[in-house]
This record gives sequence, C-alpha cells and structure tokens, in this order.
Amino acid sequence: MTMVYDDEAPSDAPVRRIRLTINGKKKIAEVEPRLLLSHLIRRGVGLTGTHMGCDTTNCGACTVLIDGYAVKSCTMLAVQVDGHSVETVEGLSSASELHPLQEGFKQEHGLQCGFCTPGMMMAAKALLVRNPDPTEEDVRWALSGNLCRCTGYQNIVKSVLWAAAKLRGEE
Amino acid sequence: MYPSRFQYEAPHSLTDAIGLLHDGGDYAKVLAGGQSLVPLMKLRFASPELVVDINNVPGLGYHRADPDGTLRIGALCRHVDLERSDKLPPVMAAAAPLIADPIVRNRGTLVGSICHADPQGDWASVVLALGGSVVAQGPAGQRTIPLKDFVHGPFENALAPDEIAVEVVIPPPAGQRAGGYLKLERRVGDFATVGVAVAIETGPDGAVNRAGIALTGVGGSTIAATEAAQALTGRPLTAETIGQAAARAAEAARPRTDHRGSADYKRHMVRVFTERILSQPADEAERAA
Repeated sequence: MTMVYDDEAPSDAPVRRIRLTINGKKKIAEVEPRLLLSHLIRRGVGLTGTHMGCDTTNCGACTVLIDGYAVKSCTMLAVQVDGHSVETVEGLSSASELHPLQEGFKQEHGLQCGFCTPGMMMAAKALLVRNPDPTEEDVRWALSGNLCRCTGYQNIVKSVLWAAAKLRGEE
Repeated sequence: MYPSRFQYEAPHSLTDAIGLLHDGGDYAKVLAGGQSLVPLMKLRFASPELVVDINNVPGLGYHRADPDGTLRIGALCRHVDLERSDKLPPVMAAAAPLIADPIVRNRGTLVGSICHADPQGDWASVVLALGGSVVAQGPAGQRTIPLKDFVHGPFENALAPDEIAVEVVIPPPAGQRAGGYLKLERRVGDFATVGVAVAIETGPDGAVNRAGIALTGVGGSTIAATEAAQALTGRPLTAETIGQAAARAAEAARPRTDHRGSADYKRHMVRVFTERILSQPADEAERAA
C-alpha cells in the first residue's frame, strides 16, 4: 500500500513500515508516525465505513476493533497497530450475507442518518463476543462511549438485542 | 487533526525505553494507553519531539496482590482490566467503571492517568485516598514516590525526563476495608465536575485505623482532605464523625465557578458525596467491591 505525503515534507520524514491485518487481509503500510489510525483506515486502505465524527475521543463513530477490543481509531497512531489485527464495519458482512448486527439495525430501525452506526456496530460486536446474552442495561452500558444524535438510542439498543438473539439462534 | 511531527520508537525493554528517554532531549513523552496524550498532541497542546511507545515492553500489564496484601498495578494495566478485577479495594472497584467511557477504558491505563496529573482525573484521588505510591524507574534504578509528592500541580508530576512510572503500589490494609468513589459528571465520558474518593480501614473493635479522603476536580490539582480523614481516625464511624468528616472535606475543596457548576454547588457536592460514601451500609460496600 502506498501513502502520499505533502511535497514540502522533509526528505528525512520518519516513515515507518508496519504490517497489520485488516478484516482478515494482511497489509503492509508505510506511515509517518503522526498518522492516525482512522486516517490509515479511511485514506490509506480506502475503507470509508469507519467515520470521523468529533475527532476528540468523544463520539465513538470511528470505533474499530483491535485484537477484539473496541478502540476509538482517531485516538490511536497508525504505527501502534504494527503486528496487530484491525476489524472495521466492512469486515462484518460476507459477500452474500449481512452480519446479524447489520440485519438487526435494519429490522429495528436502528439508524436514521447512519453516521454513528459503524461505531455502534463495532462496539456492539465486542460486547456480544464477551456477553452473548446481554440485558438492555448491559447494551446501554457497552454503548455509552458512542453518541447518536438522531435515534434517542431506543432502537439502537433494540437492534443489538435483536442481533444477540439471532446469534444465539433464537430469531 | 494531526499531531506535529515527532520521532517514534517502540522499544521491547524498559532499559531501552529509559535509554531512549535519557538520550531524547528535553521533550520526549512516554506513550502507554495514549487516551490523554494523543488528544493533547492532536490539539498541539503537546508537541513532543520523541514519543517512546512502551506497549511492546512485556510484563507491564499486571495488577496483583502480594502475599502481605500490597497491591501492584503495572504501567500497561488498562482501566478495563481493573473494571473486571476482583482484587481491588472498594474505592478502586467503585471508580474503575466511572473512568471515561467503555471504549477509552479498553486502552487507557491507571498509571498513565496518574502521570497525566489532570486535576479532574479520577485515579489520582483514589490512589491518594489509599495512601499509594508511584514507582519510577530511571537510568540509576528505581525510586518510590508517595502520590502526595508525585502530583505537583495541574499536568505536572515528579518524574525526571528519563524516568518511567512502572507501577503504582497500594499498601496493605490496616483492617477491614470500606469506602467508595462518587463522581458527578454531565454525561458518560465527561471529566468529573466533582469526585470524592474515600478509603477507610477498620479494626476488629470497630474503630477506624486508617482513613483517606481525596477530591477530584475541585482545585488546581488533586486535593488530599487530610483533616477530614483525621476526623474519622481512631474512632468508630458514627453519624457525628461522618458529619464532621464531610464538613471538613467541603472546607478542603478549592472549587471554581465554571460551565460545570458554581463553586458553592461543587463544595456542597463534596459534602454530600463524602457523607453518602461513609453512610453506605457495609454489606453494600462489599457488594460494590
């Protein structure tokens, strides 16, 4: 993968080569240490499903999973994922099938504008791996680092509970 | 937002990390969880020339109790590890789920939070109330700095430029532990408008052997409410001693009126929280732990 730098960047700009796995695919990237993970994902790899909302660690729209843990990708340097595995919202579905979380958001009208949705889904995925049978309170707790300005959260919570039931084979 | 340019190193040993800091000039920063440092760098409030990422240093992610009850929290122990732990004193167990938000807790560390020395940081109050210390490692070896001497002021700590805070140490309890942490915040993930940490250790006769009370967000740095703690020491907990401690804690607060509330309101909340933590029944404290 190639990164493009500003022309005025000094020739000794400290570029580092990193190896990472993103949605199961191995990648090599050459990055400046100050490149944020969110920018590597969006501009470098071209996976624009990861959204940049507040850029200040508040909103959670940029949430991705690093080795299974939900992380705000605007608050991590790309060089820090060297040797690690990144999962974005694009990694949820297969070519023919939606992930139960995506299906749940559709069934329960879990989004309006959709900007927060990728972050919500990734935070919810980390929850459901750890706790396949969460209560409503568990879901609200797990999503308390993700902001939504449209839905009032009701339908997002329902969507995650729908997905949990589906993943348990109950839907 | 981008941080300004910096040199990045991710050594695999503490010795190498300390060597890099030693040779790194005046403006090097250690990166652990990065949940304060990276936002500060993006806002250009911090523009280090060298960032030493310690995440590849093995063996720092622990939190464990020694046989004598001393609790040790390593530099890469994340908030989430503490949130899920069953080894913590009540005041720490109460605070762990209130740090930032669940996603930030996956990365951020207790030791990093204490080094950051934000007057609105929760962990510094908790560790101060427990009488804890920071172990710093530099080229000349290790030294232990009591937390009361570690935080110098807002965003200032006692570390030398070539020292790394490798662990936080909580001394063994002098009796049955009780206490708690209460935080007033406008929403999940916000900084504390007011936070109160209370740690007490009670002997078999019901008298308080050791008490610590510390305040978050109501002064230029974390405040030790020493006189409030003294009101509890050597006596059993009664409505009277609790009332005295709460009043003295409120007197120790140095709040300022800002967008989170008036000084009077914040001072009042210090009293309410201190009283509330000390009045909770012992069985509830145990459940919370």
